Amino acid sequence: MQFEQLYQEIILDHYKHPHGRGLREPFDAEAHHVNPTCGDEVTIRVRLAGDAIEEISFEGMGCSISLASASVLHDVMSGHTVTDALARHDAFVALMSGRGQVEPDEELLEDGVAFAGVAKYPARVKCALLSWMAFKDATARAVADVAGPVGGTA
Amino acid sequence: MTEIVAQPGSWVPSGMPQFDEAPRYDVRLIREDFPILRRQVNGHPLVYLDSANTSQKPRQVLDVLREHYERHNANVARSVHTLGTESTTAYEAARAKVAAFIGAASPDEIVFTKNSTEAINLVAHSFGVRLRPGDEIVISEMEHHSNIVPWQLLCERTGATLRWFRITDDGRLDLSNLEELVNERTRLVSYVHMSNILGTINPTSAIIARAHEVGAKVLLDCSQSVPHLPVDVAALDADFIAFTGHKMLGPTGIGVLWGRYDLLADMPPFLGGGSMIETVTLEKTTYALPPTRFEAGTPPIAQAIGLGAAVDYLAHLGMPAIAGHERELAAYALEAMATVPGLRIFGPAIPAGRGGTISFALDGIHPHDVGQVLDSLGIQVRVGHHCARPTCVRFGVPAMTRVSFYLYSTTDEVDALVRGLEQVRKVFS
Repeated sequence: MQFEQLYQEIILDHYKHPHGRGLREPFDAEAHHVNPTCGDEVTIRVRLAGDAIEEISFEGMGCSISLASASVLHDVMSGHTVTDALARHDAFVALMSGRGQVEPDEELLEDGVAFAGVAKYPARVKCALLSWMAFKDATARAVADVAGPVGGTA
Repeated sequence: MTEIVAQPGSWVPSGMPQFDEAPRYDVRLIREDFPILRRQVNGHPLVYLDSANTSQKPRQVLDVLREHYERHNANVARSVHTLGTESTTAYEAARAKVAAFIGAASPDEIVFTKNSTEAINLVAHSFGVRLRPGDEIVISEMEHHSNIVPWQLLCERTGATLRWFRITDDGRLDLSNLEELVNERTRLVSYVHMSNILGTINPTSAIIARAHEVGAKVLLDCSQSVPHLPVDVAALDADFIAFTGHKMLGPTGIGVLWGRYDLLADMPPFLGGGSMIETVTLEKTTYALPPTRFEAGTPPIAQAIGLGAAVDYLAHLGMPAIAGHERELAAYALEAMATVPGLRIFGPAIPAGRGGTISFALDGIHPHDVGQVLDSLGIQVRVGHHCARPTCVRFGVPAMTRVSFYLYSTTDEVDALVRGLEQVRKVFS
């Protein structure tokens, strides 16, 4: 049944026992994103160490899909270089925009592959992407800050 | 039209003969008029509990739409040919039906718009243009965004000030500061007759009397009341009301602004273009009388005619019978939903001064998740902030789940909802 593809056990686990929830100090940048259609909100904080993502933390209000995807984001991105993290970000966005036709890469996305079923529910894709878009924003700001005022925004 | 069969409601307790007098109809027969209600969704019979969002359409309305396009289609108010005359006659007949349906003094008080939102924006522009700094507009915390944002924009344009009624913990308008809030600086009071999110039916006489006492006008957002309750503008004594066709069995793309004729006649146009003129030179234009003044361009012709058919359907069934049916359903649902552990109702918890629209929270489970599990069982509910974010903020939640009934809803559907909510609790416990 399609419904069970949406609410995979992995997703429900991350929802009930989220990783990285609770905003941490210190941090290099944060981003707050809102889903205007449902009022869901998430804040993502990023701390860099050199060119690596040292820590990601989040806080938010949202449905199981949006909170589980923030938890998965934390697991997938932590410890990777910014370049690597952005490649994973792109893969997740491609998976979510794929209407269920994109084969997920488990190497890159780890538990993120559980969201393949969400891509078949257009109304829920935004829920899954909310924290990932906030992460991209926060990381761009962190990189710009570390690079100083002349730095690009990644 | 389905024949209406009067039958005593099984819910009526003995010893309450006053309920025997209430007009009734057989909902099973009514449902046969709505082809979509036979649909299966995700392997289950459709349980449509989202009529406050948009209503389903009876065959009688769909037939009129098809017949218009197949036999009478032409533009209105500009042709001498037969089809143009038929189309114009049907369009104006729809206006007369809507006028009679809400007790307007004349069809000329009915302006066809795209929806309630456009009707409210029309007033914000054409009535609001004369506002000045120091003037005040009063709305409420219970409003749909369509009755908030146009007034914020008007205040930005004119320097007027926006104020609002608060909501009590029970989900009613707090009128304790009515005298202070509606004062000699108030130019317009614009508030919702029946809340789209809490289901509250708001009081009218005290607020309208106070507004008129200080010389202010009153706009009632009747988007949720005209489809569900008997509404008579003369009895209400309001100055403007706005409502929309698609929530009352009609098509999308057609709404109504009713305004007192002297007020409409005193207002400048909203949109400029064809139809709304008297005479045009390249230097200057004079404008047609209302309602034409406010209907620039080709109007939604088929949609207006469809709305006329919807009004026929509602009038035939009778608004008192429809309101009674929904009041019974609301009472049944409030009682049934109270049996679900962890369910919290926002708004009036008793079936008095409320309609058949009920919003709730379930055990910290996000409304998106509630709605998704219910959908897997064929049950269609609305989730989110319902375009009334300030109301959600008032109750401390980002979103709510809402069920809303209409003349075709049944107690079986309420039972399916309650079973569905048990399933939701199982998935997320």
